[in-house]
Amino acid sequence: MKRAAHYLIFYGCLFGLWTLLAELKIWPPYLFPTPWGVAEALFAGFNDHTYWIAIRVSMQRVLIGYGISVGLGMVLGLGVASNTFLEETMGGLLVSLQSLPSICWWPLALLWFGLNQNAILFVVIMGSLLSVTLAMEDGRKQMPKIFGQAGRNLGATGFKLFWYVLLPASLPFIVSGLKQGWAFAWRSLITAEMLYLSLGLGQVLMMGRDLNDMSAVIAVMILIVAIGYIVDGVVFKGMERRLQNKWGLTAAA
Amino acid sequence: MNANAQNLPARFPISPEPLAPTRLGSARGRVAPVSAGRRAIAPAVAKVELSEICLSYRTESGERLLALDHINLQVQTGEFVCIVGPSGCGKSTLLHLIAGLHRQTSGEVLVDGKSVQGPGTDRILIFQEHGLFPWLAVGQNIEFGMKMKGLNKAEREEKTRYYLRLVHLSKFEKSYIHQLSGGMRQRVAIARALATEPDVLLMDEPFAALDAQTRDLLHDELERIWSETGRTIIFVTHNVREAVRLGNRVILLTFRPGRVKSEFPVDLPRPRHLEDPDVARAARQVLDELRDEINSALEVEYNAGVKPSVDPRAEA
Repeated sequence: MKRAAHYLIFYGCLFGLWTLLAELKIWPPYLFPTPWGVAEALFAGFNDHTYWIAIRVSMQRVLIGYGISVGLGMVLGLGVASNTFLEETMGGLLVSLQSLPSICWWPLALLWFGLNQNAILFVVIMGSLLSVTLAMEDGRKQMPKIFGQAGRNLGATGFKLFWYVLLPASLPFIVSGLKQGWAFAWRSLITAEMLYLSLGLGQVLMMGRDLNDMSAVIAVMILIVAIGYIVDGVVFKGMERRLQNKWGLTAAA
Repeated sequence: MNANAQNLPARFPISPEPLAPTRLGSARGRVAPVSAGRRAIAPAVAKVELSEICLSYRTESGERLLALDHINLQVQTGEFVCIVGPSGCGKSTLLHLIAGLHRQTSGEVLVDGKSVQGPGTDRILIFQEHGLFPWLAVGQNIEFGMKMKGLNKAEREEKTRYYLRLVHLSKFEKSYIHQLSGGMRQRVAIARALATEPDVLLMDEPFAALDAQTRDLLHDELERIWSETGRTIIFVTHNVREAVRLGNRVILLTFRPGRVKSEFPVDLPRPRHLEDPDVARAARQVLDELRDEINSALEVEYNAGVKPSVDPRAEA
């Protein structure tokens, strides 16, 4: 109740300030739109299905890209964590590569895959693969060894050991890395979409700029933030809560 | 010590280690139904045989440390053998070797006469703590080994229910591990181990972290389960009283490197209790011998100032 009041006060003030600045008309309305202008743009965008299509296309891309990242990252991370040679050599490379913004892969992707969806996917994968890999490696190391021993002792080997023991055992340690990977994937996707006409949310954003329609730009920005927030709140918070209940952890692992 | 080797009873014909077997307990103890009945049958092949087991490893400072030194031991089917020794003598490591989770430097572990090459569900290890899977409910934990074996769902459910009853935890099938007390967790661990129907149960100080009342109860339960299921149990502990209370035989290991120092057959009647004067008297004898080892362990600790950095696997 108290929290709801805080929310109300904060967003009320923000909204009021915005309205005030817009109504004072310091800047022309096409540069600084009113909240109603943005709301109208949102409504119009959904009404003519532009946003629905953009959201669907973008979500599809990020799901494919992130899915590949998670699968690949788990294998890579596990390999790096369980092999001293890989850890010594590739471990450092992975950490240093993480400082590279994922959009730096864009020129490479263009030349390798051409101007199409695969290039976008490549950028998304490169954006999130590293954080998933590093999280998996870290999780595998932090996971108490005893789970692996108990699993092997009870007859789990090979893939069964990975799927039924090592993966669930390391989940509390990798969930924050998975979350970070998702955020990187989402950001990389929007960036890549802005550079190439491709139906996604990023393109709709650029379209707003091209048409000098600041209301539409802000509307799409709100959409991008909202989707990121919803996925985080629904998927990852839910995952963390389930893990906490099962493991009896007090704080988010 | 060597003089004692000539006094070896016929039951240990091929034990080259200098042993000092001391019969514990009174004459009436020998009529104990469980132990006496099983001992009469002496199979040609021991259930578990350790033959010339040595284990050494490199410490962080680079020197080689001998953890286990020519361990020879035979455990017969249905026997309850307790291994005691000061901490750091490698008794836990010995269980890991039998379980096939680690590899000895030389020597052989034989189960039913066959050399152990890796983990197998015929030998299940029960850890001191944290061995249960926190992401699974109690029932699923017990089911785990059967699932790995590929048993069908109906069969798994039936056996899970049976073993839950055996350890008196039927009401907790759906609970998660963190919701259970320490004693309940160890009962789940025992049920999970039994559910894979191993021939040999390896128990690594399973009750060390429990309070005295819970431990007493679990001793009774373990003794009951052992006599009901007829499993072979190898039980590691640093608590001599516990070893004498539970085992048919107590093996005493020396401090680093771990060697078999002596063996004590325990012929006391069952069910036993920790407070039985007979148990106390028998424990006294083992303790007298153990004290030398504890002293040398302490000596190393004090002389070094700090405990030498030891591979956690070798820590008992």
